[in-house]
Amino acid sequence: MIVAQRKNIPELLDIVEKHRKVLLLGCGTCVTVCLAGGQREVGIIASALRMAAKLKGRPLEVEELTIERQCDNVFLEQAAEAIKRNDAVLSVGCGAGVQAIAERYSNKPVYAGLNTAFIGILEERGVWTEKCAACGECVLHLYGGICPITRCAKHMLNGPCSGSREDRCEVSPDRPCAWQLIYKRLKDIGQLDRLKELKKPKNWRSSQSGGFRKIIREDHRV
Amino acid sequence: MKTEVFEPKILAFCCHYCAYSSADLAGVMRIQYPPNVRIIRTPCTGRLETEYFMKALENGADGVLVAGCLEGGCHFVEGNLCAKRRVNYTRDLLEEIGIEKERLRMVNISAAMARPLADVITDMVETIRKLGPSPLKSKTNLTNLTKLETRS
Repeated sequence: MIVAQRKNIPELLDIVEKHRKVLLLGCGTCVTVCLAGGQREVGIIASALRMAAKLKGRPLEVEELTIERQCDNVFLEQAAEAIKRNDAVLSVGCGAGVQAIAERYSNKPVYAGLNTAFIGILEERGVWTEKCAACGECVLHLYGGICPITRCAKHMLNGPCSGSREDRCEVSPDRPCAWQLIYKRLKDIGQLDRLKELKKPKNWRSSQSGGFRKIIREDHRV
Repeated sequence: MKTEVFEPKILAFCCHYCAYSSADLAGVMRIQYPPNVRIIRTPCTGRLETEYFMKALENGADGVLVAGCLEGGCHFVEGNLCAKRRVNYTRDLLEEIGIEKERLRMVNISAAMARPLADVITDMVETIRKLGPSPLKSKTNLTNLTKLETRS
Protein backbone atom coordinates (compact mmCIF):
# COMPACT_ATOMS: atom_id res chain seq x y z
CA MET A 1 0.00 0.00 0.00
CA ILE A 2 0.92 3.66 -0.31
CA VAL A 3 2.13 5.10 2.97
CA ALA A 4 1.77 8.77 3.77
CA GLN A 5 2.14 11.16 6.67
CA ARG A 6 0.13 14.18 7.72
CA LYS A 7 1.60 17.61 7.17
CA ASN A 8 1.68 19.62 10.38
CA ILE A 9 -1.25 21.84 11.28
CA PRO A 10 0.44 25.26 10.82
CA GLU A 11 1.56 24.16 7.34
CA LEU A 12 -1.95 22.98 6.46
CA LEU A 13 -3.37 26.26 7.69
CA ASP A 14 -0.94 28.14 5.45
CA ILE A 15 -1.89 25.97 2.49
CA VAL A 16 -5.58 26.88 2.76
CA GLU A 17 -4.86 30.46 3.75
CA LYS A 18 -6.74 32.03 0.84
CA HIS A 19 -9.96 30.12 1.39
CA ARG A 20 -12.90 30.34 3.75
CA LYS A 21 -14.69 27.12 2.90
CA VAL A 22 -12.56 24.06 2.50
CA LEU A 23 -13.48 20.46 1.85
CA LEU A 24 -11.21 18.09 3.74
CA LEU A 25 -11.40 14.99 1.62
CA GLY A 26 -10.24 11.66 2.97
CA CYS A 27 -9.59 8.44 1.11
CA GLY A 28 -10.79 5.04 2.27
CA THR A 29 -7.99 3.00 0.80
CA CYS A 30 -4.23 3.08 1.48
CA VAL A 31 -4.12 6.20 3.63
CA THR A 32 -6.88 4.82 5.83
CA VAL A 33 -4.80 1.74 6.51
CA CYS A 34 -1.68 3.78 7.26
CA LEU A 35 -3.77 6.01 9.57
CA ALA A 36 -2.97 9.20 7.71
CA GLY A 37 -6.04 10.21 5.71
CA GLY A 38 -9.03 8.02 6.51
CA GLN A 39 -12.36 9.04 8.00
CA ARG A 40 -10.98 9.19 11.52
CA GLU A 41 -8.00 11.32 10.52
CA VAL A 42 -10.27 13.62 8.54
CA GLY A 43 -12.24 14.24 11.74
CA ILE A 44 -9.10 14.93 13.74
CA ILE A 45 -7.45 17.17 11.14
CA ALA A 46 -10.69 19.09 10.51
CA SER A 47 -11.08 19.75 14.23
CA ALA A 48 -7.45 20.81 14.47
CA LEU A 49 -7.73 23.14 11.49
CA ARG A 50 -10.91 24.75 12.78
CA MET A 51 -9.35 25.32 16.19
CA ALA A 52 -6.08 26.64 14.77
CA ALA A 53 -7.97 29.01 12.46
CA LYS A 54 -10.14 30.28 15.32
CA LEU A 55 -7.08 30.96 17.42
CA LYS A 56 -5.72 33.10 14.59
CA GLY A 57 -9.07 34.83 14.22
CA ARG A 58 -9.46 33.51 10.71
CA PRO A 59 -12.85 32.45 9.44
CA LEU A 60 -12.56 28.92 8.16
CA GLU A 61 -15.25 26.36 7.51
CA VAL A 62 -14.03 22.82 7.08
CA GLU A 63 -16.38 20.25 5.62
CA GLU A 64 -15.46 16.63 6.22
CA LEU A 65 -15.91 13.85 3.69
CA THR A 66 -14.22 10.55 3.02
CA ILE A 67 -14.72 8.58 -0.16
CA GLU A 68 -13.72 5.04 -0.93
CA ARG A 69 -10.96 5.90 -3.38
CA GLN A 70 -9.74 9.28 -4.55
CA CYS A 71 -7.68 7.96 -7.45
CA ASP A 72 -10.74 6.62 -9.22
CA ASN A 73 -13.19 8.79 -11.15
CA VAL A 74 -16.11 6.53 -10.30
CA PHE A 75 -15.64 7.10 -6.59
CA LEU A 76 -14.71 10.76 -7.04
CA GLU A 77 -18.20 11.32 -8.36
CA GLN A 78 -19.47 10.91 -4.79
CA ALA A 79 -17.56 14.00 -3.76
CA ALA A 80 -18.78 16.15 -6.69
CA GLU A 81 -21.42 18.09 -4.76
CA ALA A 82 -19.18 18.72 -1.78
CA ILE A 83 -16.35 19.86 -4.03
CA LYS A 84 -18.72 22.22 -5.81
CA ARG A 85 -19.98 23.93 -2.62
CA ASN A 86 -16.51 24.57 -1.20
CA ASP A 87 -13.85 27.08 -2.24
CA ALA A 88 -11.04 24.54 -2.27
CA VAL A 89 -10.23 20.91 -1.60
CA LEU A 90 -7.63 19.82 0.90
CA SER A 91 -7.06 16.20 0.05
CA VAL A 92 -5.66 13.81 2.58
CA GLY A 93 -5.25 11.13 -0.04
CA CYS A 94 -1.95 10.19 -1.64
CA GLY A 95 -0.37 12.23 -4.41
CA ALA A 96 -2.31 10.27 -7.01
CA GLY A 97 -5.61 11.14 -5.34
CA VAL A 98 -4.78 14.84 -5.16
CA GLN A 99 -3.94 14.90 -8.86
CA ALA A 100 -6.99 12.89 -9.84
CA ILE A 101 -9.20 15.52 -8.19
CA ALA A 102 -7.22 18.39 -9.70
CA GLU A 103 -7.55 16.90 -13.18
CA ARG A 104 -11.24 16.29 -12.86
CA TYR A 105 -12.14 19.62 -11.28
CA SER A 106 -10.01 22.00 -13.28
CA ASN A 107 -11.47 25.19 -11.76
CA LYS A 108 -11.13 24.15 -8.16
CA PRO A 109 -7.91 24.61 -6.15
CA VAL A 110 -6.80 21.24 -4.80
CA TYR A 111 -4.09 20.90 -2.17
CA ALA A 112 -2.23 17.99 -0.63
CA GLY A 113 -2.65 17.55 3.09
CA LEU A 114 -0.31 14.59 3.31
CA ASN A 115 3.25 13.88 2.36
CA THR A 116 3.10 10.70 0.33
CA ALA A 117 6.10 8.73 1.49
CA PHE A 118 6.47 5.28 -0.02
CA ILE A 119 5.02 1.90 -0.98
CA GLY A 120 5.30 -0.23 2.08
CA ILE A 121 3.74 -2.56 4.60
CA LEU A 122 2.58 -2.45 8.17
CA GLU A 123 5.56 -3.94 9.99
CA GLU A 124 3.90 -3.90 13.40
CA ARG A 125 1.23 -1.77 15.04
CA GLY A 126 2.08 1.84 14.21
CA VAL A 127 5.21 1.00 12.20
CA TRP A 128 5.36 1.08 8.41
CA THR A 129 8.39 0.31 6.31
CA GLU A 130 9.20 0.83 2.66
CA LYS A 131 9.31 -2.32 0.60
CA CYS A 132 9.01 -1.26 -3.02
CA ALA A 133 10.52 1.59 -5.01
CA ALA A 134 8.20 0.99 -7.99
CA CYS A 135 11.26 0.87 -10.25
CA GLY A 136 9.26 -0.69 -13.05
CA GLU A 137 11.43 -3.76 -13.53
CA CYS A 138 11.06 -6.11 -10.62
CA VAL A 139 14.09 -8.14 -9.57
CA LEU A 140 12.57 -9.75 -6.49
CA HIS A 141 12.69 -13.22 -8.04
CA LEU A 142 16.49 -13.03 -8.09
CA TYR A 143 16.89 -12.07 -4.46
CA GLY A 144 14.60 -14.42 -2.59
CA GLY A 145 11.81 -11.87 -2.36
CA ILE A 146 13.88 -9.16 -0.69
CA CYS A 147 14.37 -6.00 -2.73
CA PRO A 148 17.93 -4.69 -2.76
CA ILE A 149 16.81 -1.52 -4.55
CA THR A 150 14.54 -0.51 -1.71
CA ARG A 151 16.06 -2.13 1.31
CA CYS A 152 19.79 -1.77 0.69
CA ALA A 153 20.85 1.79 1.45
CA LYS A 154 23.22 1.65 -1.53
CA HIS A 155 20.75 -0.10 -3.84
CA MET A 156 23.40 -2.72 -4.61
CA LEU A 157 22.51 -5.45 -7.05
CA ASN A 158 25.74 -7.36 -6.31
CA GLY A 159 26.13 -7.08 -2.56
CA PRO A 160 26.93 -7.03 0.21
CA CYS A 161 29.06 -3.92 0.39
CA SER A 162 31.27 -5.09 3.27
CA GLY A 163 30.23 -2.09 5.30
CA SER A 164 27.70 -3.98 7.35
CA ARG A 165 28.37 -4.60 11.04
CA GLU A 166 27.12 -7.96 12.20
CA ASP A 167 23.76 -7.99 10.42
CA ARG A 168 23.22 -4.23 10.60
CA CYS A 169 23.52 -1.68 7.84
CA GLU A 170 26.44 0.71 8.24
CA VAL A 171 24.30 3.62 7.10
CA SER A 172 21.96 3.21 10.02
CA PRO A 173 22.47 0.64 12.77
CA ASP A 174 18.74 0.40 13.42
CA ARG A 175 18.28 -1.23 10.03
CA PRO A 176 19.12 -4.77 9.06
CA CYS A 177 21.56 -5.24 6.18
CA ALA A 178 19.38 -6.14 3.20
CA TRP A 179 22.10 -8.37 1.83
CA GLN A 180 22.30 -10.30 5.07
CA LEU A 181 18.56 -10.88 4.72
CA ILE A 182 18.91 -11.86 1.06
CA TYR A 183 21.67 -14.36 1.89
CA LYS A 184 19.69 -15.91 4.71
CA ARG A 185 16.54 -16.12 2.65
CA LEU A 186 18.24 -17.66 -0.38
CA LYS A 187 19.94 -20.16 1.92
CA ASP A 188 16.61 -21.08 3.53
CA ILE A 189 14.98 -21.74 0.17
CA GLY A 190 18.03 -23.53 -1.28
CA GLN A 191 18.82 -20.96 -3.93
CA LEU A 192 22.20 -19.68 -2.76
CA ASP A 193 23.62 -20.40 -6.23
CA ARG A 194 21.75 -17.32 -7.45
CA LEU A 195 24.38 -15.23 -5.73
CA LYS A 196 27.15 -16.68 -7.90
CA GLU A 197 25.62 -15.03 -10.90
CA LEU A 198 26.87 -11.50 -11.52
CA LYS A 199 23.95 -9.16 -12.07
CA LYS A 200 24.29 -6.67 -14.88
CA PRO A 201 23.53 -3.00 -14.27
CA LYS A 202 19.81 -2.45 -14.03
CA ASN A 203 17.94 -0.80 -16.83
CA TRP A 204 16.49 2.29 -15.18
CA ARG A 205 14.50 3.41 -18.20
CA SER A 206 11.46 1.75 -16.67
CA SER A 207 11.81 3.96 -13.61
CA GLN A 208 11.49 7.73 -13.28
CA SER A 209 13.53 8.70 -16.34
CA GLY A 210 11.43 10.25 -19.09
CA GLY A 211 8.69 11.60 -16.87
CA PHE A 212 5.61 9.80 -15.67
CA ARG A 213 4.99 6.20 -16.60
CA LYS A 214 1.99 4.80 -18.32
CA ILE A 215 0.61 1.30 -18.79
CA ILE A 216 -1.84 0.56 -21.57
CA ARG A 217 -3.82 -2.67 -21.68
CA GLU A 218 -5.42 -2.86 -25.11
CA ASP A 219 -7.46 -5.88 -24.06
CA HIS A 220 -9.22 -3.80 -21.45
CA ARG A 221 -9.73 -0.63 -23.44
CA VAL A 222 -13.09 0.40 -24.77
CA MET B 1 -17.42 46.18 41.30
CA LYS B 2 -18.28 42.53 41.09
CA THR B 3 -15.50 40.34 39.68
CA GLU B 4 -16.47 37.08 38.04
CA VAL B 5 -14.52 33.99 39.01
CA PHE B 6 -13.77 31.78 36.06
CA GLU B 7 -15.34 28.37 36.55
CA PRO B 8 -13.74 25.92 34.10
CA LYS B 9 -15.79 23.29 32.36
CA ILE B 10 -13.91 20.05 32.36
CA LEU B 11 -14.97 16.90 30.64
CA ALA B 12 -13.81 13.76 32.44
CA PHE B 13 -13.77 10.44 30.64
CA CYS B 14 -13.84 7.90 33.44
CA CYS B 15 -13.30 4.19 33.03
CA HIS B 16 -16.21 2.10 34.28
CA TYR B 17 -13.92 -0.28 36.15
CA CYS B 18 -11.91 2.24 38.15
CA ALA B 19 -12.26 6.01 38.06
CA TYR B 20 -16.03 5.98 37.61
CA SER B 21 -16.37 3.63 40.58
CA SER B 22 -14.01 5.75 42.63
CA ALA B 23 -16.12 8.82 41.82
CA ASP B 24 -19.08 6.81 43.05
CA LEU B 25 -17.15 5.88 46.16
CA ALA B 26 -16.25 9.53 46.68
CA GLY B 27 -19.96 10.25 46.72
CA VAL B 28 -20.65 7.48 49.23
CA MET B 29 -17.79 8.73 51.40
CA ARG B 30 -19.07 12.28 51.04
CA ILE B 31 -15.73 13.48 49.73
CA GLN B 32 -16.11 16.87 48.09
CA TYR B 33 -14.62 17.73 44.74
CA PRO B 34 -15.25 20.74 42.52
CA PRO B 35 -18.43 20.57 40.47
CA ASN B 36 -16.56 21.70 37.37
CA VAL B 37 -16.21 18.22 35.94
CA ARG B 38 -18.78 16.52 33.73
CA ILE B 39 -18.15 12.82 33.94
CA ILE B 40 -18.68 10.52 31.00
CA ARG B 41 -18.46 6.83 31.77
CA THR B 42 -16.52 4.76 29.26
CA PRO B 43 -16.17 0.97 29.17
CA CYS B 44 -12.40 1.42 29.13
CA THR B 45 -10.13 4.39 28.41
CA GLY B 46 -8.81 2.31 25.52
CA ARG B 47 -12.14 3.03 23.85
CA LEU B 48 -11.29 6.70 23.64
CA GLU B 49 -9.99 8.05 20.37
CA THR B 50 -8.09 11.23 19.57
CA GLU B 51 -11.16 12.79 17.97
CA TYR B 52 -13.10 12.57 21.24
CA PHE B 53 -10.59 14.84 22.94
CA MET B 54 -10.45 17.13 19.93
CA LYS B 55 -14.22 17.46 19.65
CA ALA B 56 -14.55 18.10 23.37
CA LEU B 57 -12.07 20.95 23.24
CA GLU B 58 -13.43 22.27 19.97
CA ASN B 59 -16.95 22.35 21.38
CA GLY B 60 -16.05 24.44 24.37
CA ALA B 61 -14.50 22.30 27.10
CA ASP B 62 -11.77 24.18 28.97
CA GLY B 63 -10.05 20.93 29.82
CA VAL B 64 -10.35 17.20 29.33
CA LEU B 65 -9.47 14.67 31.97
CA VAL B 66 -8.97 11.01 31.12
CA ALA B 67 -9.08 8.74 34.14
CA GLY B 68 -8.14 5.11 33.60
CA CYS B 69 -7.03 2.17 35.68
CA LEU B 70 -3.62 1.92 37.28
CA GLU B 71 -1.00 0.74 34.83
CA GLY B 72 -1.02 -3.03 34.87
CA GLY B 73 -4.53 -3.05 36.30
CA CYS B 74 -6.62 -2.53 33.17
CA HIS B 75 -9.67 -4.79 32.97
CA PHE B 76 -8.92 -5.20 29.27
CA VAL B 77 -5.20 -5.72 29.89
CA GLU B 78 -3.75 -2.70 28.11
CA GLY B 79 -6.58 -0.31 27.23
CA ASN B 80 -5.21 2.34 29.59
CA LEU B 81 -1.80 2.11 27.92
CA CYS B 82 -3.43 2.67 24.50
CA ALA B 83 -5.22 5.68 25.98
CA LYS B 84 -1.96 7.01 27.38
CA ARG B 85 -0.36 6.95 23.93
CA ARG B 86 -3.38 8.62 22.34
CA VAL B 87 -3.49 11.29 25.02
CA ASN B 88 0.21 12.00 24.45
CA TYR B 89 -0.36 12.18 20.70
CA THR B 90 -3.26 14.58 21.18
CA ARG B 91 -1.23 16.74 23.57
CA ASP B 92 1.41 17.13 20.85
CA LEU B 93 -1.32 17.94 18.34
CA LEU B 94 -2.72 20.60 20.68
CA GLU B 95 0.70 22.22 20.83
CA GLU B 96 0.79 22.25 17.02
CA ILE B 97 -2.57 24.01 17.02
CA GLY B 98 -1.48 26.49 19.67
CA ILE B 99 -3.52 25.25 22.62
CA GLU B 100 -1.88 24.54 25.97
CA LYS B 101 -1.34 20.81 26.24
CA GLU B 102 -2.09 20.97 29.97
CA ARG B 103 -5.75 21.19 29.02
CA LEU B 104 -5.67 17.48 28.38
CA ARG B 105 -4.47 15.18 31.10
CA MET B 106 -4.54 11.47 31.82
CA VAL B 107 -4.48 10.02 35.31
CA ASN B 108 -4.50 6.49 36.66
CA ILE B 109 -6.91 5.78 39.47
CA SER B 110 -8.12 2.55 41.01
CA ALA B 111 -11.71 1.93 42.10
CA ALA B 112 -10.71 2.38 45.75
CA MET B 113 -8.92 5.70 45.23
CA ALA B 114 -11.77 8.10 45.97
CA ARG B 115 -9.63 10.63 47.80
CA PRO B 116 -6.86 10.71 45.15
CA LEU B 117 -9.53 11.14 42.47
CA ALA B 118 -10.96 14.14 44.29
CA ASP B 119 -7.42 15.54 44.62
CA VAL B 120 -6.73 14.99 40.92
CA ILE B 121 -9.96 16.73 39.95
CA THR B 122 -9.21 19.63 42.29
CA ASP B 123 -5.72 19.93 40.84
CA MET B 124 -7.01 19.79 37.27
CA VAL B 125 -9.60 22.48 38.00
CA GLU B 126 -6.93 24.70 39.54
CA THR B 127 -4.59 24.11 36.59
CA ILE B 128 -7.28 25.08 34.11
CA ARG B 129 -8.35 28.03 36.25
CA LYS B 130 -4.77 29.32 36.08
CA LEU B 131 -4.66 28.77 32.31
CA GLY B 132 -7.91 30.66 31.92
CA PRO B 133 -10.86 29.89 29.66
CA SER B 134 -10.24 27.91 26.52
CA PRO B 135 -8.63 30.26 24.00
CA LEU B 136 -11.25 29.08 21.53
CA LYS B 137 -14.10 30.43 23.63
CA SER B 138 -13.44 34.08 23.11
CA LYS B 139 -13.37 33.48 19.37
CA THR B 140 -16.39 31.29 19.00
CA ASN B 141 -20.00 31.04 20.03
CA LEU B 142 -19.80 27.32 20.50
CA THR B 143 -21.29 26.50 23.86
CA ASN B 144 -22.35 22.96 23.31
CA LEU B 145 -21.49 21.96 26.84
CA THR B 146 -23.82 24.63 28.21
CA LYS B 147 -26.51 23.40 25.85
CA LEU B 148 -26.01 19.90 27.17
CA GLU B 149 -26.54 21.19 30.69
CA THR B 150 -29.76 22.95 29.94
CA ARG B 151 -31.07 19.89 28.17
CA SER B 152 -30.51 17.62 31.19
